[in-house]
Amino acid sequence: MNIVVCIKQVPDTNEVRIDPVRGTLIREGVPTIMNPDDKAGLEAALRLKDEMGAKVSVISMGPMQADLVLREALAMGADEAYLVTDRAFGGADTWATSCTLAAAISKMDYDLIITGRQAIDGDTAQVGPEIAEHLQIPNISYAEAVRVEGDEVVVKRQYEDRYHTVRAKMPALLTALSELNDPRYMTPGGIFDAFREKTVTIWTRADVPVDDGNIGLNGSPTRVFRSFPKTVKAPGMKIEEGVDESVQFVMDKLREKYIL
Amino acid sequence: MDFTLSKEHAMAQQLFRDFAHREVEPLAQEVDEFHRFPRETVDKMARCGMLGIPFAKEYGGQGCDTLAYVLAVEEMAKVCGTTSVILSAHTSLGAGAIDRFGTADQKKKYLTPLATGEKLGAFALTEPEAGTDAAGQQTKAVLDGDEWVINGSKIFITNAGEADIYVVFAMTDKAQGTRGISAFIVEKGTPGFEFGLPEKKMGIRGSSTRELIFIDCRIPKENLLGREGKGFGVAMGTLDGGRIGIAAQALGLAEGALDKAVAYVKERKQFGRPIAKFQNTQFQLADMKCEIEATRWMVYHAAATKDAGQPYTVEAALAKLKAANVASDVTRRAVQLLGGYGYIQEYDVERMMRDAKITEIYEGTSEVQRMVISGALLK
Amino acid sequence: MSKEYQGVLTFAQQVDGEISGVSLELIGKARDLAHDLNTQVTALLLGSGVRPLAQTLVEYGADRVIVVDDKALATYTTEPYTQAMTDVINEYKPEIVLVGATAIGRDLGPRVAGRVHTGLTADCTKLEIEPETHAFHMTRPAFGGNLMATIICPEHRPQMATVRPGVMVREIRDAARQGEIVDFLWTAKENACYVQVEDVIKKVSKKIDIQAAKILVAGGRGVGSGENFQLLQDLADAIGGEVASSRAAVDAGWQEKDRQVGQTGKTVRPNLYFACGISGAIQHMAGMEESDYIVAINKDPDAPIFGVADVGIVGDLFKIVPKLTEEIRAYRQQQA
Repeated sequence: MNIVVCIKQVPDTNEVRIDPVRGTLIREGVPTIMNPDDKAGLEAALRLKDEMGAKVSVISMGPMQADLVLREALAMGADEAYLVTDRAFGGADTWATSCTLAAAISKMDYDLIITGRQAIDGDTAQVGPEIAEHLQIPNISYAEAVRVEGDEVVVKRQYEDRYHTVRAKMPALLTALSELNDPRYMTPGGIFDAFREKTVTIWTRADVPVDDGNIGLNGSPTRVFRSFPKTVKAPGMKIEEGVDESVQFVMDKLREKYIL
Repeated sequence: MDFTLSKEHAMAQQLFRDFAHREVEPLAQEVDEFHRFPRETVDKMARCGMLGIPFAKEYGGQGCDTLAYVLAVEEMAKVCGTTSVILSAHTSLGAGAIDRFGTADQKKKYLTPLATGEKLGAFALTEPEAGTDAAGQQTKAVLDGDEWVINGSKIFITNAGEADIYVVFAMTDKAQGTRGISAFIVEKGTPGFEFGLPEKKMGIRGSSTRELIFIDCRIPKENLLGREGKGFGVAMGTLDGGRIGIAAQALGLAEGALDKAVAYVKERKQFGRPIAKFQNTQFQLADMKCEIEATRWMVYHAAATKDAGQPYTVEAALAKLKAANVASDVTRRAVQLLGGYGYIQEYDVERMMRDAKITEIYEGTSEVQRMVISGALLK
Repeated sequence: MSKEYQGVLTFAQQVDGEISGVSLELIGKARDLAHDLNTQVTALLLGSGVRPLAQTLVEYGADRVIVVDDKALATYTTEPYTQAMTDVINEYKPEIVLVGATAIGRDLGPRVAGRVHTGLTADCTKLEIEPETHAFHMTRPAFGGNLMATIICPEHRPQMATVRPGVMVREIRDAARQGEIVDFLWTAKENACYVQVEDVIKKVSKKIDIQAAKILVAGGRGVGSGENFQLLQDLADAIGGEVASSRAAVDAGWQEKDRQVGQTGKTVRPNLYFACGISGAIQHMAGMEESDYIVAINKDPDAPIFGVADVGIVGDLFKIVPKLTEEIRAYRQQQA
């Protein structure tokens, strides 16, 4: 069985800070990590490999430094790694990203494609289902548990207050939640091998059978009009009023902040 | 001369750091308070290959190098002195002795389970009457047919009782003095091999430190490690590697203490401002950092020398002597910087200070390291 | 092209014949957008035996409801829903389509956007029509919420956006409101993308994990006793949060250690943190100062907790907390 896992290198958004003076995002020195939902997807694939001897390939679309996250995947036990990288792919929204990845994946053998539900920088949760649409295969999102039975995959699909047990014929695409599992650690030997024994195959524009009109900034139906930092917290307001006024004040603030 | 870690070493370091943060740090206080051996951590380390870092894949190891192993010990030590010594004693001493001096059969039989983490290792040289004067071995081993019979006792053995495989030193020919000592591999559970009660220690309290007691303990002839009469060389050679591990432990302890101190002084306000604004505090931190950085390069250099296949006895002694001094000094300063809070268990630095002291003593006291270094200078 | 596409379409999510709250919130927002565009609001209702729900959607503000009623749509699966929605979009050509960012919407939205070849912007917290250009501005958080981005979809239609529940506001229900209800003729086309739902299992219990909770109501020494923590539990229940505790309350035996926030407890970063009767010792603050929004209630005006609180109420928590609980319950009732 062949499993393709899409992974993304993302800044660790827990560590991102706002420059208090300029109000901009401080990106330097922010560590990059493998997107947590993707890591769960990779772990699910590796468990299937452990159980049934599947081949696990990982693919990422990103700049050259995304090589690191692919090496991490190899160190965890993935068999092959592909980096789809080219200036032409830059600035892509989810449409262009999914077109590019789908085209790259169409060159590979796959029974199962696993993507993370969402990336912690983009937070859109769109690329997975869009890839499935381009490849015209079924997608099951929010996978909380996975098993393979013959040529079918059976998934525990999560909803807010329930879950469905869903069965689909492969090839199929799943999006994984970080709750799906506890990803394994890399091993030191795995890390050394990932850099010294294994290779990351680089695919540039010429290697990916996708239309120019569907890649990069120009192939993106959406674009960023403007970005700005979240309002920096003003020093706290302290009030000393009667009970009713105090409670009203809190209610107003909570509504203002969309918490209620 | 490239002083940056390679990509694989950097990623391995990140692995160890994540592991230490998630699995080791949360237990550190409890392990210390209850003198509890963190068996579950050992199992987790085994599962991700951390108990066989520098050993060949052929013997179940990870096929990495001494530097990678040093990084692991260092990261563990930053958060828990106990865990780092369990790892170090197992890898450098117990497994290390067999890796360096074992026959192919011995390595297959004993090194493999140690490297895969299936079994834990230990090293038993010290006796009640033989510490720095290691040559004064009183434990005896006598060949009887196909078996060696061991009688005697060892003291202060790390991982005692928890380990499955022990490298034990004994006198096989008293008349020969240092050249009458031999090394043996003894498995836990062998009749005649018992353990004393766990010692209650100043620091590294979760480390299992016990006496080993041998009463007519019979082991197969094949379990002689290295040649008969060459045991002292086995001990000294193995300890050279062990010293690099302990130096890494000491380095990690100092770094952990500095991290705690830096975080605290930024938050703690006295006289209307964070104490980090006072020059005394700043200068203290600068001195601590300086000592740590000097130590770091000595430790990594010793590891790199070993990995290059060159003699590293002096480098290891230099690293251990320096690192142990720095660990004791930096951890003590950290306690002082935290003031009253530094004396409270919850704030960790008092544990780091207690843990640091042993690095000046075991695997060759700082006095022994000075003997090694001056011996080389005055040759 | 801009003349060809008209109107604001909202996906009216329903589960087991119950309209999800977000569906009504989307209609509320759609009314604002439709007003600015001088057009109408259409709600799309997919399901089986769900036609009676259409009137409710009208009463909450839909000018028109398109109903696609088919057995294939009884339980949500991606492909039939995608087919139905795509067919409706191709027929009615809305300029804007809004979908709730729910476990359903975040699956359906992208699949439809892919099929229709258009842009989809997820988790929008603000939707507006720019007054001069009439461009649709979709604003959303990025980088884990550290940055806000306003997105546009200049060429492609419809412009699609998903919105999380609780972000937009629904209109007041008007039982007298009239609207058009259209039964859209549709048949499901089974294909390779169809899946089978073998089982539907409703969730039973909730594990208490204060680090996973989005809202925490924490109490300290000021709460006074274990029994008094019930006041905090009531507030937590009303607002959908969990109870947490400072070390003092745990040490006093009023709360279990797994609810302790602080240096020796847990570090939490909820969206909302109530600190009731908590003075704000450094050890406690270290565990919660990264919360998005902190409301502190303490009778001591000099309590250090006020240094990190966004809103500080100096007062008696025994009066303020119950009143706040009451207000929140009333507000939630009104929403339902």
